Amino acid sequence: MRLKLLVLGLALVTAVPAAVTAAQAADGIYIPLMSYRTGPYSGAGIAIFNGMHDYLNLLNARDGGIGGVRLIVEECETGYDTKKGVECYDATKGKNPVVSTPYSTGITLQLIPKASVDKIPVLSMAYGLSASADGNDFPWVFNPPATYWDGASAFVRHVADVEGGFDKLKGKTIGLVHLDAPYGKEPIPLLEALAKDYGFTLKLYPIPGAQMQNQTSLWLDIRRDRPDWIFMQGWGAMNPTALKEAIKVNFPMDHFIGNWWAGGEDDVRPAGPEAKGYSALGFSGVGRDYPAIQDILKYVVDKGNTQTPKEKVGEVLYNRGVMNAVLIAEAIRGAQHLTGKKQVTGEDVRRGLETLNITEARWKELGLPAFAAPIHLSCADHNGHNGIYLARWDGTKWTKASGWIEPIKDKVLPLIDSAANSYVSANAGWPKRSEACDKSS
Amino acid sequence: MHILYLIFVDPFVQMVHAPDLLMQTLWDGLVGGVLYALIALGFVLIFKASGVFNFAQGIMVVFAALTLVGLHEHGVPAFVALGLTILVMLVLAFGVERLMLRPLVNQSEIILFMATFGLTYFLIGFGQLVFGGNPKVMIADDLYLPSGAIEWKGHFGFVSLQKIDIAAVVIASIMVAVLAVFFQRTRIGRALRAVADSHQAALSVGISLEQIWVIVWFAAGVVALTTGIMWGARSEVSFSLQIIALKALPVLILGGFTSIPGAIVGGLIIGIGEKLGEFYWGPLLGGGIENWLAYVIALGFLIFRPQGLFGEKIIERI
Repeated sequence: MRLKLLVLGLALVTAVPAAVTAAQAADGIYIPLMSYRTGPYSGAGIAIFNGMHDYLNLLNARDGGIGGVRLIVEECETGYDTKKGVECYDATKGKNPVVSTPYSTGITLQLIPKASVDKIPVLSMAYGLSASADGNDFPWVFNPPATYWDGASAFVRHVADVEGGFDKLKGKTIGLVHLDAPYGKEPIPLLEALAKDYGFTLKLYPIPGAQMQNQTSLWLDIRRDRPDWIFMQGWGAMNPTALKEAIKVNFPMDHFIGNWWAGGEDDVRPAGPEAKGYSALGFSGVGRDYPAIQDILKYVVDKGNTQTPKEKVGEVLYNRGVMNAVLIAEAIRGAQHLTGKKQVTGEDVRRGLETLNITEARWKELGLPAFAAPIHLSCADHNGHNGIYLARWDGTKWTKASGWIEPIKDKVLPLIDSAANSYVSANAGWPKRSEACDKSS
Repeated sequence: MHILYLIFVDPFVQMVHAPDLLMQTLWDGLVGGVLYALIALGFVLIFKASGVFNFAQGIMVVFAALTLVGLHEHGVPAFVALGLTILVMLVLAFGVERLMLRPLVNQSEIILFMATFGLTYFLIGFGQLVFGGNPKVMIADDLYLPSGAIEWKGHFGFVSLQKIDIAAVVIASIMVAVLAVFFQRTRIGRALRAVADSHQAALSVGISLEQIWVIVWFAAGVVALTTGIMWGARSEVSFSLQIIALKALPVLILGGFTSIPGAIVGGLIIGIGEKLGEFYWGPLLGGGIENWLAYVIALGFLIFRPQGLFGEKIIERI
């Protein structure tokens, strides 16, 4: 009898919240967040998901949702683990999510083939598979505002600017310090192609996940090889450790540049003042001097409807999360506008993403003036390949150190075409695009 | 032919041509090895007393370091925080003995091993609940740990010795020596060795199993705190630090699960071996080899000594 009661109790505990969320989803727009607030990468994950959650909460608190429909935000913990990410996707797809945001290149790669089958668009903001920027081959995947290839090419353009022109790259050595995972390896094909075209030597320095905080040997390699520049595609504890090791081997900080996931406050703080001069790519604004961020403080943080410590609001990765939530919200608004429906589906939001057009004026209307470059997507281009800026650490905070740096599009775009074609050929039966193209795109 | 040159000749040519890099590699290997030995010591202490492979040793490193930094963040002076953290590790040792080990007396070793999995997940959850998941900066300056480097420049090149690494080597060496003396020369140490030999025989002569377990878990907790401070100062204090504890596995395989000298010698062999391997032979395989090279080195030794370098030879009747 006791056992029966226990089993019944367990079943109720498991089933009731799921049933409640499913019932709520019928009266709102369901947005699952595949978060990682635990595990080795939680330091970065917490900031990002706080930003996303707070902005979506703001829309509910200030505007009553989007178009009068409340947003139902639910987090599923992945721990940045691909297996758990896929489990989260399977656990939430029955609740009619309008978008999936995997926040891991490994998970994104697993979800890409599922998106068109389940009719849930994948929004991998500036991460994931670079080739998925091709909307003709990947109609269900979106990765604005820039691919990792755009980022790496912007880095090379910056190096060329400093060195005095692309012709001066010949004979130089550029090192790529990267996490030995799909995310870390993503820029390699582009950098190899650029090395061939511009005549520089590319040296790879992979760091396995288990060695993130134990990089001494790798930096001895760097001391021996003496690369002229280093680009870092790092994540989590790998970043501050790399900075400390770079300081140890006296690598010049002004020749060490991280990508946009290696440019948070927690990436540089542990390295102390000696990290001054280190730069990282960026595409979203930093700080609290935006009306929307002030609204988050007023409507969400001050009311205690958040997990974010107040002092963390406005930091780099927090604002990155806000930007991701803005893209989701704008795609939902676009979907409502296109379909005339308030309660939109994943199929509708895919159309909303494909017609996403956030102009400079729209960023201002959203309370985020000059927060990011204008974003305009289309049926063929699911990325935008937007400009990227360089942020420099001054010892205490990040400061903007450049204007918008354009990616080397004439090198990136052909590579995206060819990589998309290779992906399609390698995956027999990959569906041909059958989705209609909306007029506005 | 060229590949044979790259494997068998070129690394040694590099060693002769760039002696500063060889010295730097050896120094970094020594520092790494001492720190691996420290982690392995935590495992050995518990394994000796209870035959349990403590899967939770990694998270104990994180938990101890987080407690120290977390207390300091709440305004507790650094050395008071250090004392309080040691106290927390003592409470943890009591808790583990009372709530985990005592109810499992006479259970098989695999049950105790699985219980340490449970302890791991408890400490992860409890640690995140109390301290949050954000990375923290180790309070090395407040603990008067040195910073900066001593650099030797000369015709041979230059060698840089980080002061924090020198401190790590000194502190770890003192800790290992103190523990070795404690467990070899004191009454409690003899009791521990008696428990390690046979629980029943130890009980029959009046040794308190519970007391011994508390002592070894507390000692392992202090070792975890020291490890957390040293690794945390080299990187950051976050939950990713628990992965570092896995580096103790090849050290234990090599040195033996029950030997304190084995942990030290094993740590040094793995530390220096993997650094030399990664630096001189790693580029031939695309780099990033030290993660598995440590296991290859350990397996190489196992072929000749299956019980590890200093492990006890186990003879069982069948």
